[in-house]
Amino acid sequence: MADFDQELDASGLNCPLPILRAKKALTALNEGQVLHIIATDPGAVKDFEAFAKQTGNELVESREEGGKFHFLMKKH
Amino acid sequence: MSGKKLAIIATKGSLDWAYPPLILGSTAAALGYEVEIFCTFYGLQLLRKKMDLKVTSLGNPGMPMPVPMPVLLQALPGMQSMMTMMMKQKMKSKGVASLEELRELCIEAEVKLVACQMTVDLFDFDTSDFIDGIEYGGAATFFEFAGESDITLFV
Repeated sequence: MADFDQELDASGLNCPLPILRAKKALTALNEGQVLHIIATDPGAVKDFEAFAKQTGNELVESREEGGKFHFLMKKH
Repeated sequence: MSGKKLAIIATKGSLDWAYPPLILGSTAAALGYEVEIFCTFYGLQLLRKKMDLKVTSLGNPGMPMPVPMPVLLQALPGMQSMMTMMMKQKMKSKGVASLEELRELCIEAEVKLVACQMTVDLFDFDTSDFIDGIEYGGAATFFEFAGESDITLFV
């Protein structure tokens, strides 16, 4: 996994909490910094794609590992 | 991406129906939308200081039940409280946010919450029944925002 600046564990949380928590965490980051989000909600896969598309943040990576979903979101 | 607007009318005051306006409002705000939720009739429950919302299976044949139960039994005293308790437990176990949490996230994200003045008067509510920071207005107030919105939802 690529480098990241901050990690957000949203495991066990359901829609829309992973998105809302991620948005909050991104607010605290500087442009170009990367947030690593961990989630267990399968709906988060499509939702983070949609979030990136609509907010202009870049979804650098999205993958499943050990039953969890990992996302790297670069703040724009 | 930004500059979009979402206007929601919230008219329902049960636990389950309170979710859509608060989920969509908070999420839209996270996506950069400017959001207004206009609460009228039973939707005013979303604005009360203590949101004590209940869920009922009565008149709601679509609600999944743990065991099949005749409608007359569902109407017995205490059933509504029991169903509400079970629903809240289930939501907690599935990581679904509480209504209080979602409302707080809406407020943090500067979602504009508007109470319909006519229904506030109709039900003899007082402004002290509601959380601080909300606005009061009528249909014309709603259209002032809705007329410029990209999305308008009636819940």
